[in-house]
Amino acid sequence: MMRDAMLKPLVPALLLLAPTAVSAAESVNSGGIAITFFIVFVAATLAITWWAARRTHTTHDFYAAGGNISGLQNGLAIAGDFMSAASFLGVSGLIFGFGFDGLIYAVGGLAGWPLVLFLLSERLKNLGKYTFADAVTLRLAATPIRCLAASGSLVAVVLYLIGQMVGAGKLIEVLFGLNYSVAVGCVGTLMIVYVCFGGMLATTWVQIIKAVLLLGGASLVTVLVLAQFNFSLNQLLMAALKQHARGVAVLAPGGLVHDPVSVVSLGTALVFGTAGLPHILMRFFTVPNAREARRSVFFATAFIGYFYMLTFVIGFGAMALVLGNPQFADATGRLLGGDNMAAIHLAHAAGGPLLLGFMSAVCFATILAVVSGLTLSGASAISHDLYASVFRPNASEQEVVRVSRYATIVLGVVAVLLALLFESQNVAYLVLMAFTVGASVNFPLLFLALFWRNLTTSGALTGGVMGLVTAVGCIVLGPTVWVEVLGNAEPIVPYKYPALFAMCASFSGSIVVSLLDRSARATRERAGFNAQYIRSQTGLGAEGTPA
Amino acid sequence: MLSSTDASMENWYRAIDADPRFHALARQRSRLGWGLGGAVLVAYYSFILIIAFKPAWLVRPLGPTTVVTVGIAAGLAIIALCVALTGVYIWQANRDFDRKNREIVDDARRNA
Repeated sequence: MMRDAMLKPLVPALLLLAPTAVSAAESVNSGGIAITFFIVFVAATLAITWWAARRTHTTHDFYAAGGNISGLQNGLAIAGDFMSAASFLGVSGLIFGFGFDGLIYAVGGLAGWPLVLFLLSERLKNLGKYTFADAVTLRLAATPIRCLAASGSLVAVVLYLIGQMVGAGKLIEVLFGLNYSVAVGCVGTLMIVYVCFGGMLATTWVQIIKAVLLLGGASLVTVLVLAQFNFSLNQLLMAALKQHARGVAVLAPGGLVHDPVSVVSLGTALVFGTAGLPHILMRFFTVPNAREARRSVFFATAFIGYFYMLTFVIGFGAMALVLGNPQFADATGRLLGGDNMAAIHLAHAAGGPLLLGFMSAVCFATILAVVSGLTLSGASAISHDLYASVFRPNASEQEVVRVSRYATIVLGVVAVLLALLFESQNVAYLVLMAFTVGASVNFPLLFLALFWRNLTTSGALTGGVMGLVTAVGCIVLGPTVWVEVLGNAEPIVPYKYPALFAMCASFSGSIVVSLLDRSARATRERAGFNAQYIRSQTGLGAEGTPA
Repeated sequence: MLSSTDASMENWYRAIDADPRFHALARQRSRLGWGLGGAVLVAYYSFILIIAFKPAWLVRPLGPTTVVTVGIAAGLAIIALCVALTGVYIWQANRDFDRKNREIVDDARRNA
């Protein structure tokens, strides 16, 4: 088969990279173990991709894995999508560096999930087909709203992708001694292969395998760490406080965010961002019905909650066992590879080179899986929301799948180039900005369309554009980009976390313009709410149920 | 798009809209969703607003023999609460929502 012939040359190319990596990684003696684990993972996932490719023919297969994923499988895959390298390495690194304030990320990251379950998941499954834009264009005008949803999705996906790719490049650079650009290129190539050939089916299974590995590995590290402190959280924290320069103050808020507005804005981005991330929302269409959509969020929430508990122990464990240990510090006393590597060093300290190798490979697998999910949702925004629904409504299935594959390749290349450009950026910050865009463009649009009868196309469009412009504007003019990247002396917007302002702009724009909208189209759209409401509640007329 | 839905679907929607059982189920679902969602938001935003405005409240240790603070206990408790409330929702929703929904839809299909 043609697909097999195209997959084959990649495997030897990867194997060729391995020996150079081993020889270059003498500084980390477990490089060989990590690479062995890593090659096993890549071989397994490529085999899955090959298997999935033979089952992926239609757009329904490509975007939604044929709608045949079970609730438990989808729950694991959602958890996999959410437990990115930024959550695992980033949040444990934040706890390691800032103590209590890292916990805000964990609590906020989880608190969004129950809201998704209670208010969105079943309704979304009943209304949509492949993307959340399907659900909101049932009564609103398709062309402008799909353009808005696709813009919000693409900005969020690209920000998220850059964060993950930068993280991957750094991780591989530190662990395997591979050059940063080679590492980023490797990740880009693999993710294009998974998504192009295997679509949602391969992406889901890569995600499930990785979620199981990550939960297992993090549990093992946690148990080994707690064992050293007689399974007492108190003893662990006391040992951690002794090592940290701020002492008992690391258990108090204020290490990372200082002013009240920033705390509330950060908290808002975290809790509502989840409900606006396109690669997460897309997962609800891979299950057969609302009941399975509901079950999948329950499993996902339980896994993610458990995972953040582990991350909490790992962050403070690293403070206790890694901080102040000269083995893990460079000449200036800073942690090798930066704070993001705290969890990896802890795996070494708690379980020796074997666990270090395993956790490194798992983290790399995590990044690969998450970028695949992101790329797939970006590709569907381009091919399904823009190409098939706006530009070429009469396109055939094969044509749309082909466009998705081209979009995947383009997104992959763009992500690699941007990752090279943003090499020195803070990973957690980039991902938080993706949450900010999700919370201020996609979430208000989805929420108002589902729950507010009066929302009209003009209102949604005004609010969405205001949210997007505010979010992107504040990011560019804020302290991180305007001062740290562009080198200006003073930020134009003094706040690092713009979600609160952008979300308010989006909601108020949508509500005010909708209320003022007296057009005939607005009347039609309000009248369409009833049918949308009944379908969202009952699932009658939903994709996959016989009419 | 709803405008392109065929006439029978329109009739079914009308029949469902006229069915008091549908509105009772929708109300029950809404009450459960918004009630539990409100509980999560109240717990979460209390935590966030205390961090923002009264951080000193969270610094106190839980007891004389421990360094675990109120803030850490509260953070971990909110994570546990979120998982527990999703469990409550699933337990409630799986009990009879699907059966009631199927009855309403089937009756609408048969009669409209």
